[in-house]
This record gives sequence, structure tokens and C-alpha cells, in this order.
Amino acid sequence: MTMQAIGKPHSRVDGRAKVTGGARYAAEFNQPDQLYAVVVGSTVGLGRILRIDAGAVAQMPGVRAVISHLNAPRLAYQPHKGGTDPANGERLHVLQDDQVRFYGQPVAVIVADSLDHAERAAAALAVSYAGETPVVDPLDAKVQPVAPQAGRAGADRSRGDADAAFAAAPVTVEASFDMARENHTPMEPHATIAAWSGDRLTLWSKSQFVVNEQAEIAAIFGMPAANVQVICPFVGGGFGTSLRTWPHVTLAAIAARQVGRPVKLVLTRRQMFHTTGHRPRTLQRVALGATTDGRLTSLIHEGSGETSRYEQFVEALTSTSGFMYSCPNVRTRYRLLPMDTGTPTFMRGPGEASGMYAVESAIDELSYKLGIDPVELRRRNEPAIDEAEKLPFSSRSLMQCYALGAERFGWASRDPRPRAMRDGRLLIGWGVASASYPCFFSPASARVRLLADGSAEVEAASSDMGPGTYTSMTQVAAETLSLPLDKVRFSLGRSDFPATPSHGGSQTMSSVGSAVRAACLAVQAELAKRAVADRRSQLFGASIDSVEWREGRLSRKGDAAAGPSYSELVTGAGGSPVEAGASAARDAAIAKQYSMHAFGAVFVEVSVDPDLGLVRLRRAVGAYGAGRIVNPKLATSQCIGGMVGGLGMALMERTALDPRDGRPVNAHMGDYLVPVNLDVPHLEAHFVEEQDPHVNPLGVKGLGEVALVGMAPAIANAVFHATGKRVRELPIRIENLLDV
Amino acid sequence: MINFQYARPNEVADAVRQIAADPRARFIAGGTNLLDLMKSDVEQPSRLIDISRLPLKSVEETPDGGLRIGALVPNTDLAYHPLVESRYPLLASAIMAGASQQLRNMASTGGNLMQRTRCYYFYDIATPCNKREPGSGCSAIEGLNRMHAILGTSESCIAVYPSDMSIALAALEATVRVMGPGGERTMAFADFHRLPGDTPERDNNLEPNEIITAIELPPQGFAKNHSYLKIRDRLSYAFALVSVAAALEMDGEAVKEARLALGGVAHKPWRVEAAEAALAGQPANEASFAKAADIVLSGAKGFEHNAFKIDLARRAIIRTLTQAANGTPQSQSSKKIR
Repeated sequence: MTMQAIGKPHSRVDGRAKVTGGARYAAEFNQPDQLYAVVVGSTVGLGRILRIDAGAVAQMPGVRAVISHLNAPRLAYQPHKGGTDPANGERLHVLQDDQVRFYGQPVAVIVADSLDHAERAAAALAVSYAGETPVVDPLDAKVQPVAPQAGRAGADRSRGDADAAFAAAPVTVEASFDMARENHTPMEPHATIAAWSGDRLTLWSKSQFVVNEQAEIAAIFGMPAANVQVICPFVGGGFGTSLRTWPHVTLAAIAARQVGRPVKLVLTRRQMFHTTGHRPRTLQRVALGATTDGRLTSLIHEGSGETSRYEQFVEALTSTSGFMYSCPNVRTRYRLLPMDTGTPTFMRGPGEASGMYAVESAIDELSYKLGIDPVELRRRNEPAIDEAEKLPFSSRSLMQCYALGAERFGWASRDPRPRAMRDGRLLIGWGVASASYPCFFSPASARVRLLADGSAEVEAASSDMGPGTYTSMTQVAAETLSLPLDKVRFSLGRSDFPATPSHGGSQTMSSVGSAVRAACLAVQAELAKRAVADRRSQLFGASIDSVEWREGRLSRKGDAAAGPSYSELVTGAGGSPVEAGASAARDAAIAKQYSMHAFGAVFVEVSVDPDLGLVRLRRAVGAYGAGRIVNPKLATSQCIGGMVGGLGMALMERTALDPRDGRPVNAHMGDYLVPVNLDVPHLEAHFVEEQDPHVNPLGVKGLGEVALVGMAPAIANAVFHATGKRVRELPIRIENLLDV
Repeated sequence: MINFQYARPNEVADAVRQIAADPRARFIAGGTNLLDLMKSDVEQPSRLIDISRLPLKSVEETPDGGLRIGALVPNTDLAYHPLVESRYPLLASAIMAGASQQLRNMASTGGNLMQRTRCYYFYDIATPCNKREPGSGCSAIEGLNRMHAILGTSESCIAVYPSDMSIALAALEATVRVMGPGGERTMAFADFHRLPGDTPERDNNLEPNEIITAIELPPQGFAKNHSYLKIRDRLSYAFALVSVAAALEMDGEAVKEARLALGGVAHKPWRVEAAEAALAGQPANEASFAKAADIVLSGAKGFEHNAFKIDLARRAIIRTLTQAANGTPQSQSSKKIR
């Protein structure tokens, strides 16, 4: 029996549960005697609460509590920075004072015996404010850019003299880009059910990072982390919005403690646009200098992004600009724009997607100026090493991605002239862009139990917001243990499971996968140790070094005879499950030797109606070099999802803030537009075979983010090819193209 | 959503009696708009009178060769009705351009006329809105108004009426049949919806306690030369920035008779008979169509974020008339614009 679980297109192990309603999401863990909480958000965008008329609503039917800063417990808010919290600044302390910092900030929470009663009371609660006009537009003259405080990402970088080289370059491009704020808009709303038992708190809560939610809530309430349990087996779409622990989780816990009963709190769709993070709007400038034969001599990338007044949200806006191209003179500069808004957060491809939109658009502009095919231009500037870090790449298949993508797309038949390709009245544009995302590998742990029936139970805190963590981890365990998939049961989404990093940053496969593999090897070692020490075992007395695992059996090296199976070994050891845990982390020495990133090339075809300004995506081909592909079926699905996200970024998604009060006006699935089925044409994802022994023990690079990065600039570049007009803002909408 | 009483009459007269008995009662048919409004607290009815069992579900030919459509005929059934598909394909097309399959299955013919605006501020009860709360002010005029009206606006309201179906009904010169405590009456379609003026809280000219019972179409269906073009930011489940219903009676290469109505641009389906008259007898070419468009849009006024809709509407009118004249109506399935 040779197991090859990894690399096979297995269907989701949780697919049946999901389509039959068996998968339980946070809001579905209803508890006995549960009450319902509804958040009341501020209706001014800045100012101070003058009065809250709680008395009237407290008398309304079913109302059990009206909690505001006037009567909320003073919480400890001990220092805590999880991996997904901004390094600088201090998180919002909910209901701790009368200050309103942004529109929709929670100012009260109502608890009632039914959702209806809580909603009625929330609607009736009169709150008066001393309101001021908030600053929410990055172009507002009152915005004062600040440099991100040192110590984390986002520092300015420079090599050579980029400005002098730009001034001296025979061919230059200089352009500014404005990309809209986006909200994650997953299908599942944020939801928390909180239940106290004495001083212990259980939270069934939508989270991509249960161990961090545990630590954060413990810090906020000043209690031991061991007293907090966070449970979240399924996430109905996340895209990053559930990486942080937002104020509603604290509110649910406050409410449950106040009323002494379990409390369920689900944010409304409108509230999802207020307090659960967003991709910051960014303003960018790119300046490129090149020789006439298309060698980059200067790359300047300056950008700024929204943040709140109380935290510095830093994303990787300029981080890829140092290593995507070979260029002796590079300068990057990143600033934050503190405004009266909630803190932004990571959204799929955070920073890379926005930053590469600008740079990949500018590179495309340069290709037209030079009269060089945009793929060829990238080839001419392909670096041999990471010139920013002066390190070799652990692997870099960008040119192979271009070759594969170009072939599948049929790029060779492109007419390079703008407006040259047509389909009847329609202008056709073909565009291309690069994608990149780092290969993170954060410390993770996992636990494996082998049962007497020969099956394995595997546990890690982790999360599965859709990429298929349940399935891929099952594959890793099955492969490592040489068991069939149906003999492995993988569980996740509990903070008392072995700790893992955030389910973000495309690092789950690398980090949790490596931990699962390590735990499987550890349990095998434990079984072997017991076997050689067991007088009843045929392997008794053998040295550990003289035995080996072959296809799920423990045998003596050099002895062709099959040894005992897991079942026989566990039974022989008394029948109790044999358990082992293990951790995995990147070797610090390796991290200093290699620059580690996934790469991709995205090819798209759009049509533009020249009379009506309508852009349609007609097809897209993405080719990715992302290391080992654990499950081609899931990986393809993940890439298609990322491409759809990029399509939304390019042509639809935009959170519109009313400058008078900072209100997101289109806070509704009917008004905040994401692509629907009709908008999504045939999308293809292809993978370049890549063996990278350095990134992690599994050789995987992660796919979630790189699949979105590159799509928006490819579309914007295709719109230029179709029309001859360069639109330098996203989303590109009808009004941008009425003059083509 | 607040608690409400629920009643389900079986006869039209009974429904009218019930609504007259409770000023805060509302009729509900498919509920595809009313329930949204109730969830947002924009509508807070004390009683829902479910009219879905009333005998208003038939589509019948009228003695003069027209068609009478019961107010409760679901949008889907109407769009696929053989007589509509063959004789009034413009209406079928406009229906299919709207909403989603699931919504069209639920939505009724009469309810479609009663749709309320999709103005962001109207839906957000934390904002002033003259339509929702008369006298409170309009948040859109100086706010985010990309989707708002460019024609027929007032200082009180710049909301648009969002229906697709009604734009075709306006072009086809439908008649609205209503029943009230005083009996039955009919209204020309052009008289059904209103401009906001200083009473934007009133979307239409239904009197209190009246119910729509049927829509009647005249015999002339413009089945040969018509098109409904809807311009929007995504291909489904989005309201029109601009939509155009065009219907032509051709005489060789010339236009004999024209009908033209716009959606997404005003508080009601926008029809300018002078523009239609200007097309009559003219060659069916871009110059004629552009002239008609200019007449339609002569009084158009843009706001901070929607001025582009004037130019867009002009282009959309020309395109739609071209499609109609060529006998190549806009497909609502492929959405590819020819």
C-alpha cells in the first residue's frame, strides 16, 4: 500500500457537512437560556457622547440590560499585541469612555430575551452627541502623513540613487494611483456567543485566529488565558476580517457577564462596514527610469494608506518593489494617513495587492513607451537574486509562470497596439501583470492520537475560512502516516488545541502543515519507542535506529517482512490511544540565507464598449509558482477565488464614505458591489512545478494571497490596451471610460 | 423589524376594506422590497395584508386586442408568458433585466410598480431623508449621489425609481387599473408615478386605500423593433445607472412612430413625447437618435457624483434606438451589447 495523499485532487472532506447544513458556524452554537445582544453604533463620525437615555429602553419588552460607557465594567485592557494587531498604537477600548473616534463605533449594547426585542430597544435608544466633522478623505488637506514608527514593516528603503537615476534616464514613466477602500464582505457576518461559568468564559466566535482571540480577551478582561476558550470550527468567508478580535467580541462577553446568561451577538451587514477592518484606501506614486532597450535604471515607489488615529495599521505596500525587478537604484517610501476611521486590517494580499497594482501598471506603461512587449520587458529585468536583501531566492519561477501563462493564454497572437484588437464594436484588450507574496512560516504545533482501530485523530487550533484546511491537513497526516484519508480525522478551531499562527498570510499550509507532519512523525517515534520496550512485541529489544516505518507498519530495517500495524501497536500497548504533539518553525539560519516568495503571472482579456464605457472581463489565465501543490483541486479553487477578488478590486469594490460624517453609505450587499456569477468568465489557474526544500518541510509556498495579487493590474493594463486610456484609479468604472 | 398583525383576504373588496381600517397597514405580495424596508425599519407597518391569494393572477387578452395582466402575476411568469414574449417582447426583456431569478419568481406585477427608491440615505434611518421623514432634509443632494436622478429633481429629493419593468410599461403606454373604497378607476402609466416636488414621500398617485388590480397593454406591442438596455456596474443584481426602453414602428429605413422611456434617471419612468415626435418620419440613423436624446436630456442636471449619467444616458439612448431600429434587441441572457 503506497499512499500518495499529497498532490492528489481530493474533494473536501467537509464538503458533505457544508452542503447539508451539518457544518456549524459561530452563530449556530445556541446555548440554553441564551439572550440576545444588539450593538448600537455611533451616528456621528467624531465627537463625544453627551447623553444616553437608557431608562426608557430599559422598560421595553424583554430588555435585560442597556450597557454603555456609563455602566460598563472598567476592563483591564492589559497590553497585548497578537501577530495580527498593529504594533503601534492602542486598540479601541470599547464602552470605556465618552469619546467617538469614528462613525459606527459601538456606544452601547442592548441585551434582551429575543433578537426582536433587542433590535427594538437598540433602535429606540436615544443617544445625543457633541459631533464634529471627521476627516475621512486621504486627499483632505487636514490629513498629516506620518512615517510608520520604527521596528516593523513599512520602513523606507533605498539603494543606489533612484532620484538621480530617474533624472538621467532616457525613458521614464511617472504616474500616481488611487485605490479605493475595500471591505471584506464575507457571506458569514461576525458573530459571537459568549457564556460565562464562574470565572471561565467560552466564546463561540467567528475567528481566523482562535488562540489570539483567547489571549486578547484574556488581556482585555485581565484574566488567565487558560480561563478563556474560543471555539470556531467553520468560517464562512474571512479574507482577513476575522484575524483580529474586534470590539463586538468584548461586548458579547461584557453582556453575558452583566446578565449572567449566555449571550449571542451577531453584527448586522451594515455594522460589518464599521468596526471589523477594511483594506485601506491607498495613494501611490511610481516613477520608473529605463534605458532605451528596456533595462530599469530607477524604480521609485511611494505610497500612503489610511489608518486610524489610535493605531498604525501597516501593510506591505512597497515591500515587493525591492525584489521584483533587477534595478540598481530603488527607493521606496511609505506613509500612514491617520484619520477619523476605525483601524484598517489585513485583506487578502494586504499591501502587495495594492502596491503591485501601482508598480505593475507603471511597468506596463513603460512597455508601451519603449515599444517592448510587457512580458519581454519583465524578462529583461528579471533579477538573479533578491537585490534588496542581497540573497538568493529559495526558488523563483516567475519567468516559467510567464511562459506557461502566455502559452495557455495565446499571448503570442496579441497585437501590441492599443485599440487594435476588436470584436465587432467592442474594443478588446489583453493585459498582463506579475504577482508575488512572501512565504511565511510561523511557529505552529499539532497533536496526533493513534487509536486502537488504527485510525488517527489530528488536532491544531488553526482555522478553515475556505481554502480547505480540513482536507489538506488530512492529506498531510495521511501521507506522513501512510494511512488512507478516511482513517484520519483532523479537527481545528479550538483554542485548547495546539497553538497555531493566524489563518492568514498564506501560511497555514506551510506552518500548520509542517506541524501536522512533525506531530505524525512524533507519534510514530513514540510508538516505536514503546514497541522496542514492550516484551510482548516482536520488535522488543531492537534499537530505535534499527526500525523504520514502511507503509504504516513498523519493521526492522533490511527485513522485508511487514511489521506490526498502528492498530496492533496501539492494542499491544494496552489499547489506550497513543498521543504525541510537535511543533514546527522556520530554521532561523535558512531565513537568513534565502529570500522566499511565491510568484505568479496573470493574463486577462477584457472588452470595452467604447460608446458606453462598459468593461467586461472575458477570460483570465493565472500561472503560479507556489511550491508543492498539496491538492490541485482545492488550489485551483483557491486561485479562482483570488482572481474573482481581484476582479472585484479592479472593477467594482469601493467603500464610499460620506465626508460629512464618515458614514460608509454603501454598507449593503446590494450597494457594495462584488462580482456575481455573470461577471465571472472562464478563469484558469495553472501551476509551475516547483521544488523548494528551503521554505518549509512540505515545500509549500501558500496560495491564498498571491492568487489575488496581480489580477487588478492585469485588468487595468488590459483596459489600456483596449482603449489607449490609462485609468489610474480603482475601481475602473463607467465614468472613467466614457471618453474612449 | 417590528411585530405586526397579519391578514390574508381572499377578495379584492375585502382587502380594500381591511387596509382602509388601519392607516398603518400595508399590502404585501411577493415582499421582495417591503421586507427589506421593514428589516431596515424604513417601513414599520402595524399590519400586513397578504394579497397573494386575491384572484389577480391571470393574463388575458382584452377585447381591443391588448393584454390585461393581473397585479399578482409573478415577474417570471409574465416574462415567459407566450403572449408577452410574442407581442410585447420589450416588456419581457425589461423584466429579465431586473433583479435575480429568485427575486423575479417572488416579485409581482403590481409590486414592481410600488418599488421604492434604492437611495442609500432612504435606507439608512440614521440619516435625514425627506422621502422617509418629510421635512428632515435630503442627505443625497450634497452627499454621495452617483446613483441619483438627473431629471425631474427637486430641492427636496433626487431619488430615482428603480424598476426596469415599469420603464417598458411606460414606453408601451400601459394603463394601471386600481380599486379603492370608491370603486375602480384607471390611470395612464405616465400618471401613475410622480416627481418628488415638495412631497417626495409620495412615490405615486395611488389614493389611500387603493390597490392595483391589473396592468393593461394596448394592442400595439412594437414586437419587431424594440430594445431594453440597462447600464449598471455589474451584470446582475444591480440597479440601473441608466436604462432605456425603445420601441419603434418602422417604415422602411425611416421611423414611423417611436417610444422612448428612461429608467435610473428620475423619480419616475422618464418619457418625453417631444423626443418621440421628433423621431417620427426621420431616417433611423445616429443623427436622428442623437437629436432625440438631446431633447430627452435638455433639462438634465447633474450633481457632484452623477453628472456623467447625462452623457451616459445620451449614449445609451442612441445605442438602444440603434438596436431597436436594427431589430437586434439587447439580450438579457448574454448581456453582450451589440
